[in-house]
Amino acid sequence: MGYNAFQILKEGLTGNKGWRPVWRDPEPKSEYDIIIIGGGGHGLSTAYYLAKNHGLTNIAVIEKGYIGGGNVGRNTTIVRANYLLPGNSEFYSHSLKLWESMEQDLNYNAMHSARGLINLFHSDGQRDAFSRRGNMMCNQGDDAILLDREGVRKHLPYLDFENHRFPVYGGLYHPRGGTARHDAVAWGYARGADQLGVDIIQQCEVTGIDVHDGKVQGVQTSRGTIRAKRVGIVVAGRSSQVAAMAGLEVPIESHILQAFVTEGLKPTVDHVVSFGMGHFYLSQSDKGGLVFGGDLDFYASYAQRGNLPMMEHVMEAGMSLVPAIGKAKVLRSWGGIMDMTPDGSFIIDRTSVDGLYMDCGWCYGGFKAVPASGWCMAHLMAEDKLHEVAAKHTFERFRTGHGLMDEEGTGSQHNLH
Amino acid sequence: MRINCPICGDRDWREFYYLGAADYLNRPAEGDLDAIHKYLHIRENPAGVTKDLWHHEAGCSSWLVVERNVTTHEILGVELAAEVKR
Repeated sequence: MGYNAFQILKEGLTGNKGWRPVWRDPEPKSEYDIIIIGGGGHGLSTAYYLAKNHGLTNIAVIEKGYIGGGNVGRNTTIVRANYLLPGNSEFYSHSLKLWESMEQDLNYNAMHSARGLINLFHSDGQRDAFSRRGNMMCNQGDDAILLDREGVRKHLPYLDFENHRFPVYGGLYHPRGGTARHDAVAWGYARGADQLGVDIIQQCEVTGIDVHDGKVQGVQTSRGTIRAKRVGIVVAGRSSQVAAMAGLEVPIESHILQAFVTEGLKPTVDHVVSFGMGHFYLSQSDKGGLVFGGDLDFYASYAQRGNLPMMEHVMEAGMSLVPAIGKAKVLRSWGGIMDMTPDGSFIIDRTSVDGLYMDCGWCYGGFKAVPASGWCMAHLMAEDKLHEVAAKHTFERFRTGHGLMDEEGTGSQHNLH
Repeated sequence: MRINCPICGDRDWREFYYLGAADYLNRPAEGDLDAIHKYLHIRENPAGVTKDLWHHEAGCSSWLVVERNVTTHEILGVELAAEVKR
């Protein structure tokens, strides 16, 4: 179905009764060339790029719930390429480029908005660190501008510049950073994959992975056995459980991350802004709600809800930075399950089972990676070769200690990221 | 979430520092790289009951083994790590 002004006008005048589902709801076949376990953003983009870049279309995406119902539909929607370390830097740079062409490619409005990202700094030391990061971003070919206090004031006049405890010294401005409509990204990739012939099978839970002689044979599901010689596990949030079905152990500990949305307000916050002296970042959705989040609760959890102290911290940090938001009412909060790896960076790699691949460990940064993750996972599954922009993201790095990507420089340990 | 410290009593979790799975109590021998990799990085990570190490940082400074259901945040038991280790 085409989306255009004429169609919207016509449907608007006729009670919106003509819209049809934009992907099929097929029965699972008994065998596919490739099965992707997990119909989140990463699984759908993997299927889409397998079909589009590699011409493989006999693919099933198997989803326990429904498309857009997991972390891809509940996150703070930030898109950016401001990473420091080799490995992450080229990967997120690639991802941002894909974001910039995704809507044309999918012919789907994901409301990608390059509204600019400003990371504030509040001390000389932080300025040096951000200046270094900005140089790394420029070296990678992305954009970064170091703003002084007055430069920040021009963009963000609503900050509390008189705050004596946490004075704003300036900010690192990443103009191509921004946001996107999160669930539309899942829908766009689902529609694109479906149009290329991929079967998206919802309400189908994988209950086992069949392995014979060290080779993957297929999966057991709540809707029967499905065979395939190549299977991708793309289930961040439940990676440990699904990996265990194939007898695999992974370097992941699941943690909880909270985010919050206020009632709709008039446009105020034009950028994505992060506080440098407390874990708080803020943007405003197109519906007007302020969307903000903080750090992990810092204990293992699958509860999909956090505890109040972290919520309190986020609110306090927000009030320190933008006292005006104190008048807004918080409508909703959300706690998502994050696949945390020891070094805080993701994994796209083969496993010890032939034909079984994993895309996991997205920590709290998976959304911005959706296009490049699918691109690189598709490349890996089609060619059995690591893609050059994700080649450092292996399981092996933890065993050897070589090539760890500890972006925060805190150490490679589960509870530190 | 509140943790019932065997020494200090029932306290808010803000007083505690979370280290990770109680696997950390079983340190492997020096030189066994596979075992050390497993000890440091590989986690069973169940969506159910776990045993974790917590440090009562703002209290008695004891290391505790906390048995907890990570899908509900219910605390099922708390022991001193020193006693578990013994």
